[in-house]
Amino acid sequence: MTDAAVPLVVEGMTTSIRLQGRLHHVVRDMSFVIRPRETLALVGESGCGKSMTALSVMGLLPPAASITAGRVLVDGVDLVGADEATRESLRGDRLGMIFQEPMTSLNPVLPIGFQVGEALMRHRGLSKRQAREKARELLELVRVPAAAERLDAYPHQFSGGMRQRVMIALALACRLRVLIADEPTTALDVTIQAQVLALVADLQRCEGLGVLLITHNLGVVASVAQRVMVMYGGDVVESAPVAAFFARPTHPYSSALLAAMPRIEGGSQLQPIPGQVPPLGDMPDGCRFRSRCPLAHERCAALPPMTPVAGDPDHLVRCWARSDA
Amino acid sequence: MSAVTQPRNTVLSRALRTPGLAIGVVIVVVMIAAAVFAPWISPYDPDDQDVMLVLVGPESGHLLGTDAFGRDVLSRILWGARISLTVGFLSTAVGVAVGTAIGIVAGYYGGLVDRLVVAATDVLLSFPQLIMGLLLVAVLGASLTNLVIAIAVTAAPAFVRLARGSTMAMRERDFVDACRSLGYSDVRIMFLHVLPNILDELVVMASLWLAAAIRTESTLAFIGLSVPPPTATWGGIVREGFDNLLDGPWLALFPSLAILAVMIGLNLIGDGLRDATDPRAPQ
Repeated sequence: MTDAAVPLVVEGMTTSIRLQGRLHHVVRDMSFVIRPRETLALVGESGCGKSMTALSVMGLLPPAASITAGRVLVDGVDLVGADEATRESLRGDRLGMIFQEPMTSLNPVLPIGFQVGEALMRHRGLSKRQAREKARELLELVRVPAAAERLDAYPHQFSGGMRQRVMIALALACRLRVLIADEPTTALDVTIQAQVLALVADLQRCEGLGVLLITHNLGVVASVAQRVMVMYGGDVVESAPVAAFFARPTHPYSSALLAAMPRIEGGSQLQPIPGQVPPLGDMPDGCRFRSRCPLAHERCAALPPMTPVAGDPDHLVRCWARSDA
Repeated sequence: MSAVTQPRNTVLSRALRTPGLAIGVVIVVVMIAAAVFAPWISPYDPDDQDVMLVLVGPESGHLLGTDAFGRDVLSRILWGARISLTVGFLSTAVGVAVGTAIGIVAGYYGGLVDRLVVAATDVLLSFPQLIMGLLLVAVLGASLTNLVIAIAVTAAPAFVRLARGSTMAMRERDFVDACRSLGYSDVRIMFLHVLPNILDELVVMASLWLAAAIRTESTLAFIGLSVPPPTATWGGIVREGFDNLLDGPWLALFPSLAILAVMIGLNLIGDGLRDATDPRAPQ
């Protein structure tokens, strides 16, 4: 039962989308684990498959898309093979998600207290009164001021940061093991961002939560994550502990991402990455970055394997030019 | 975006400041009260015939006169209100409930279910409401239950359409994804989360359809397809008055006025609610 100790294990997950009769892989052969109290950051530009990864793990893919290979184990239970009832009972109970847009992620016509309590009624079988009491505790846990008075308030009476806290309270309502945060702070202003991230970090310490943080803000990655995975075109191209990643970004795409980030010390110009992610139907064979890669070479037509960087088994890269082999 | 509590009942306060809505509510409430209290406020038994006082005009003994059987018209209108309003409310309620449920399911799932529902709705909507009701009552037979069913069937397609369209818009909203991420079942999302969001439109339309349902009932009664005589219904009294139009015009006039008043009342309510819930309306 070693798997049960690890809240989330993803093994060889491939997610495909059917467009005009053709199957396109939007996430290819992805594997990772999230341990308790750990934050794994998933970075990459828009359209690289970050959100698809999150939706695949949650089992919330749009109808045209599905997981075509691999396993997703939540507390040792494989979600890919499970029936809808099992997935529904794990979703929201063990596996929670917060979204990019706190302004629209709450139901505008239901009171906050009810919405937070509803998950408890659904998963924990609490009565209305118990759920309300617990909802108040949860709102206090996520530091919503005057929680008791706000139980009957409606979402439009909350600011963006407050709503994201409510979303976190909602996601935390049950025995959550893994929280998937899909760009949770993108829509918030900087001071609120810091508060929300600090809140999530606190909850990780107290509740032993594992977090999958999806972001394209490398500053956020540096401050809260322990490990980083870089995605490009549906492939994981680099996976490393945070310190190693910032010290030695190895994949050409990772270095390009870091060069495109503003730095306090550097007076040099930002380096944009030329071109853009090719459309799904137009992905090159082999390494999908080769159409934009300065190191592209003939052998890039075959997909490189994930290989350790300088013998470090925790730091893996998917690149022919940068692997030791 | 202020975090300060602001009154949520702006719709209510706006509604109360709309004079039309208030007038409508008064009219409809008076009518409902008249129907509810008919046994106590009717001066006579509505079915009591007095052969000595046939087709007497409005006078002190019979405020609204008597009909061809010497029955008191005021009493018959009061008792008739019970049938007409009951049929109207019940059939609208059934039509709204069934139509909304089907519309939400179709709009939420889309796909084949949706296409079948849309096709069925289009077929039903292509019949004029009255012809539809007429056909159904003719097939089912004239009774209170069948009348309710027939009128409900004429009302349902409109609510299927409304609920379907609104649900399709709601389905794209982030909070529906958030609900799914919390492991809520489709049924819970449809009826606990989507429904309250589209309720305002449904209520507005229901109040307008209530008027249509009462009108349909009266029309069916007028052509003899409502609850069989001697039970008093508004349409039935108008019919009897129509037969005696020259000898007792009041007989057709007063129940018609009752129908007219309810129509006006309900339409005022519907329009008032629509304006009050319309976010584009000037504050």
